[in-house]
Amino acid sequence: MKIIVLVKEVPDTYGERKLDLETGLADRAASEAVLDEIGERALEVALVHADAHADTEVVVMSMAPETAATTIRKGLAMGAGSAVHIADPGLAAADLGLTARTLAAAIRRTGFDLVITGNLSTDGSGGVIPAMLAELLEVPNATALTSVEITDDAVSGTRTVDGGAMRVRAPLPAVISITEALPDARFPNFKGIMAAKKKPFETLSAADLGIEPEDLSAAWSIMTAIAEKPPRTAGTKITDEGDGGTKIAEFLIENRLV
Amino acid sequence: MTDHPADAILVLLEATPTGELATSAAGLLAAAAGIGTPVALAVAAPGEAQSLAEQAAALGAERVLAVEATSTQSELTVPHVDALAAAVKLIAPDAVLISNSIEGRDIAGRFAARTGAPIAVDAVGVSRDDEGVLAHHSVYGGAYNIVSAATFGPLVVTVRQGAIDARAESRPVVTESLEVPASGAASAAIESVEPVTETSSRPELRGAKRVVSGGRGLGSAEKFALVEELADALGAAVGASRAAVDAGYIPANHQVGQTGVSVSPQLYVALGISGAIQHKAGMQTAKNIVAVNKDPDAPIFEVADFGVVGDVFTVVPQLISALAERKR
Ligand SMILES: Cc1cc2nc3c(=O)[nH]c(=O)nc-3n(C[C@H](O)[C@H](O)[C@H](O)COP(=O)(O)OP(=O)(O)OC[C@H]3O[C@@H](n4cnc5c(N)ncnc54)[C@H](O)[C@@H]3O)c2cc1C
Ligand SMILES: Nc1ncnc2c1ncn2[C@@H]1O[C@H](COP(=O)(O)O)[C@@H](O)[C@H]1O
Repeated sequence: MKIIVLVKEVPDTYGERKLDLETGLADRAASEAVLDEIGERALEVALVHADAHADTEVVVMSMAPETAATTIRKGLAMGAGSAVHIADPGLAAADLGLTARTLAAAIRRTGFDLVITGNLSTDGSGGVIPAMLAELLEVPNATALTSVEITDDAVSGTRTVDGGAMRVRAPLPAVISITEALPDARFPNFKGIMAAKKKPFETLSAADLGIEPEDLSAAWSIMTAIAEKPPRTAGTKITDEGDGGTKIAEFLIENRLV
Repeated sequence: MTDHPADAILVLLEATPTGELATSAAGLLAAAAGIGTPVALAVAAPGEAQSLAEQAAALGAERVLAVEATSTQSELTVPHVDALAAAVKLIAPDAVLISNSIEGRDIAGRFAARTGAPIAVDAVGVSRDDEGVLAHHSVYGGAYNIVSAATFGPLVVTVRQGAIDARAESRPVVTESLEVPASGAASAAIESVEPVTETSSRPELRGAKRVVSGGRGLGSAEKFALVEELADALGAAVGASRAAVDAGYIPANHQVGQTGVSVSPQLYVALGISGAIQHKAGMQTAKNIVAVNKDPDAPIFEVADFGVVGDVFTVVPQLISALAERKR
């Protein structure tokens, strides 16, 4: 079985994240870049399956600037067999539609039985890429899974939807997305890091995939305005001297919050 | 056939597993009413669309397109996308508004990919200018406000649940049944749905006016009851940090933060929460923040309007008594 795991390089959420007020794009210099945690968990799902099924091929794939190659390599060090990196300056400002079309073209080119993605990335937080890919690839989508079972010809799992818990099942090939309810990923060990250097790492341009980034016949979603909100400032801080609870009650009453 | 409004905004109605109209519908219809004529689309099991249509009309839908099919209960996403495609073709709306729920995002994503429509996700509001519909977003934990639009054609917008307080005026019920050709697109099968029965009378976290959240500092699931007690005293919804969810103090749907729910209440009370950046991302747009933490250097104090350095197990019971005292 061939499993493609979609991973993303994102600004480290433990740091201050900034947007460029001119372009509206993530200011990559402002914070350290890391492999998105949810993508690592998605990779863990694939690796657990591969651990138990020797004939499993795991490919990590990402559409990201050239500089993201090191981050993507971490996926190889964790245990993926190969990597596909779509890096093209023309894709820097891609909207969701172009991102999905590009990833779908790369997934088709690589071939797959199962695509595993995160449910939401920590930077875009769009959460629509998995469903868009399923439509473009003409396969079922089963998103936001909190448990996953993979067999030779199907994938099934549980998802928590508003007001209920749902069991779903899709025949393969399919696209699934997983949530952070699934286990944290393994750490790459020394052996993995050394082995990663020899693993296939393919870098593709938009043209390699037959994608025309500046296709104006397609409708785009564009940013028309951006504003930074002033950061919140600290208010009163007191140390409890036996009357902390009373003081909070007074604050709530004074501000008509109760 | 009836004429359709020229400034139609199509709203996809969502139903709960028990067939009720989802709470997101009220905000979606009000948002649509603010920028055009709200036309709702009800996709339901046979016999269930009319009830959704009546509820939607009461919330401001000018008319409701009704699609009834058994497949909506057995197949994921695709039946809704097929219905949406048929509705958009029929009424040519200026925008399509969908709840930014798990299901809503899937439907929006597949629909946008199928039709090539541009998509704007997790909007907290919509507006209109001379050129069309604009979506307003609050990103990076509310640090930036962004406006987005389509270069042309209708914009598909997923709207953050609980973000829109406005309500539209009720209208008479007008239902039109809509024929939907099945696309035959591959879909996942829904094997079962177990409705989670609401056991508490507490407000829903999303859109709540007051939220009391607890973190790892509560120490155990039993002791987390203190958070619930204060929430009840304030008529607030209960939230939690990811650490509290991971430790099993409370189910994941109560998580506030970057990968949980984003809230913007009048009052947010953080108990035993350090204030990690990912937690702040989901609550720092609250109007008033109160924090109790025994570590004076906890980052939560950087955003708190009123912070108490102290032990939650002494401060909070005193606060609860003070509130009870006042009620008497
Ligand atoms: C990709 C990613 C996404 C994430 N998303 C989220 C998210 O959506 N939401 C979220 O919350 N976190 C999220 N996190 C996790 C986040 O980084 C923190 O780990 C988490 O918020 C910490 O929770 P906490 O404050 O309850 O626990 P801790 O950081 O352990 O803080 C506990 C606090 O309780 C205080 N305390 C202990 N005992 C008492 C007492 N008796 N009285 C008063 N105070 C006491 C301590 O001083 C401490 O400050 C995410 C992390 C990553 C990497
Ligand atoms: N540029 C990208 N490259 C690879 N995977 C992506 C990319 N964008 C989104 N994804 C995948 O889609 C998931 C959801 O992302 P998003 O739609 O941005 O919230 C992520 O967790 C990834 O698995």
